[in-house]
Amino acid sequence: MPRWAMVIDLDKCVACQGCSIACRQENNTPVVSPEQAALGRAIRWNDVFPLPLNEPAGAGAYPNVKPRYMTRPCMHCANPACIKVCPVQATYVDEEGLVRVNYNRCIGCRFCTIACPYGVRYFNWEQPTWTPEMAQHLNPDTVSEEGSLEGPAVRPKGVVEKCTFCIHRLRKARARAKLEGRPFRADEYVPACVETCTARARYFGDLSDPDSTVSQLAASGRAFRLQEEAGTHPNVIYLREG
Amino acid sequence: MLQIDPQDKTHLIDSLFRTGPRFWVAALALAAIVGWGAAMYARQMLLGLAVTGMNRPNYWGIYIVNFIFLIGVSMAGTVITAALYLTGVNWRRPIARIAEATTVFGLMIAGLQVIVDMGRPERMLSMFIYGRAQSPLLWDVASLTLYLLTSSFALYISLMPDLGILRDNLPEAAPRWRRLLYTVLALGWRGNREQWRRLERVIRVVSILIIPIGVSLHTVTSWILSTTLQPGWHSTILGPYFVVGAIFSGIALLFILVTIVRQVSSVKFYIEPRHYRNLGWLFITMSIIWFYFTYTEHLTMIAGQDTVEFPLLASKLWGQDAPSFWGMVLLMALAAYLLISPLLLPVRWERALFFRPRFALATAASAGLALVMAYAPQTQAVVAGPGLPDLPAALRVTAIALLLAAAISILAWLRRHVVGGAVIASVAVVVGMWLERWNIIIPTVTHPRLIAWAAYTPTLTEWSLTAASAALFGLMLLVFFKLFPAVSLWEVAEGRVIDAAQAAIEIPLPPESGQPKWQRRGIRKRLA
Repeated sequence: MPRWAMVIDLDKCVACQGCSIACRQENNTPVVSPEQAALGRAIRWNDVFPLPLNEPAGAGAYPNVKPRYMTRPCMHCANPACIKVCPVQATYVDEEGLVRVNYNRCIGCRFCTIACPYGVRYFNWEQPTWTPEMAQHLNPDTVSEEGSLEGPAVRPKGVVEKCTFCIHRLRKARARAKLEGRPFRADEYVPACVETCTARARYFGDLSDPDSTVSQLAASGRAFRLQEEAGTHPNVIYLREG
Repeated sequence: MLQIDPQDKTHLIDSLFRTGPRFWVAALALAAIVGWGAAMYARQMLLGLAVTGMNRPNYWGIYIVNFIFLIGVSMAGTVITAALYLTGVNWRRPIARIAEATTVFGLMIAGLQVIVDMGRPERMLSMFIYGRAQSPLLWDVASLTLYLLTSSFALYISLMPDLGILRDNLPEAAPRWRRLLYTVLALGWRGNREQWRRLERVIRVVSILIIPIGVSLHTVTSWILSTTLQPGWHSTILGPYFVVGAIFSGIALLFILVTIVRQVSSVKFYIEPRHYRNLGWLFITMSIIWFYFTYTEHLTMIAGQDTVEFPLLASKLWGQDAPSFWGMVLLMALAAYLLISPLLLPVRWERALFFRPRFALATAASAGLALVMAYAPQTQAVVAGPGLPDLPAALRVTAIALLLAAAISILAWLRRHVVGGAVIASVAVVVGMWLERWNIIIPTVTHPRLIAWAAYTPTLTEWSLTAASAALFGLMLLVFFKLFPAVSLWEVAEGRVIDAAQAAIEIPLPPESGQPKWQRRGIRKRLA
């Protein structure tokens, strides 16, 4: 069973926000009005934000400026804080270590959004909307079984959503391998953000395979995880800026 | 045929069948507010929670504040009456019914807050189908359901003998449906020996059970917060803090409701200042414990200087959350002052001119005048020169001194007006405890770990639903006390028998000592 993990090299990241845009297109993230965005209701499964978070002057003053940025998907923790508080098991970890959300079961209590120490979970405050042009080009992929709706499927209002590591791509890669009658290999699938990354700062793969790129990068001296003190054991590994 | 004291019949039964215009005005006004709230909720259902002031990271807002506050105020009723019952306190009898009704209706409204807060309330039953036992929210649902069922049961069984009395003592003009209502609800209560024996046993069992259930509800509600890793919540003090806060705010609401019921009905013959005085002691105890816990909670944060927790504390002490934090502290200090200080005033001082309420009013008014003068543009224009006093500062100091004098000189009035003092303190505590719940939820959600800090302002929808919840609570109590007596008929009758029996017991004074006073004090008479 693979254990999906992502490595993000902060030394390479140029903070272009390409990952954020690719994620939006891939996962049918609704567009909110500027007013709603100003209220803090924009949904960015993959967010890029400046550091330090709460001190705009923290990057220094001209000419001694050192801007730093963080790019943040869902951590897909091995010990997630969010799934333990969900009263209806709408969010859960599957056997491959992906933290998933079932839009059809979520009751919208927003306990998981409160419990997540990384702030990766988003709530649909209103019915999702797109401009007419965008609405024609929504990603038709969904991940649904009986009673469940996941992946890029259009979310109803009042439920929580978050990064899925593009689970629909994993499903499609598996189906293709099955159709071609060969075993599925872990390097056959990457999420949209990894595929699009301008600076090739993102790596994706199977952490249970010691020879995979992510395993080798995770062993690097620069490797760290966000808020390790929270005990969540994230599967997203960052490489420190040099 | 169950007998009843004729006075009880006039005060408690006949008044149930006299519906004046005041009742209809109150009922219609409350119903109008509830109707407005229902319309706002329908709009929220239609447009989504975007109509609220909530956002990211402010995922929880005033609905959860109301939820925790209402869970808290519902504590006072059944748990306190159960504790007083088990310890054999006789004065609990006239206030027990009001307290129990407060619990039941408060819990119902609290449950409503959670539903109002949900994005998909129609999927609520999933909690019972797919529930995850590890989720503190599920513990809370279980605890709330259990507490609601137990306290409704407690309310009903203590109502049963009264229903039998009502059935047998209805006035001639009573409508038929009410006769039928009491007959059906009395469940054949005839007040015979075996029925009484069973009732007493059931009340005892329920009273013992309800205390741990009540404590569990408040503890579990705090665990919703303290089991997360959020700054300010991840603390062990939260459980006991919630329980104490719950009893504290619950007594405050009870004082207010008892006073309202007392003012508008003939219940005033049953609830006397001594009830206020006795419950006041519990109120003072809770106030002191509350201050102790509040201090402990914040001291550990200051001492730790944790990088995620300290900004939260700074925000409470001098940042954007300072108004609500210091407002809470001030209101609680005011309540503690109003409750404790009158007890400390020596009796013979009361005769002094200084302790006339007129004097207090005049002093307070002068303080107000001094403050107005201090901030008036004319005073600000006076330039403090060498040798001249800083006029605005001097006026401010005068105003504070006058306010302190007013606060002291009102003490004698407060001691004579126990009810008035208790109600003013209770209003301060109810508002203060609501602010306390706000100070627990909002500063933490606005200061998350990995999202930029934010601010939260509730919208009209949220305020409307809060007002509608309060109105619905009032309407429920209004209708309930129109249908059933606000003071338990049988408990009061029983209490009267016990009081009479106790009055008959005479405890003799110690015998007069034959020794002269100076010898008793250990002074030996000097031999000449």
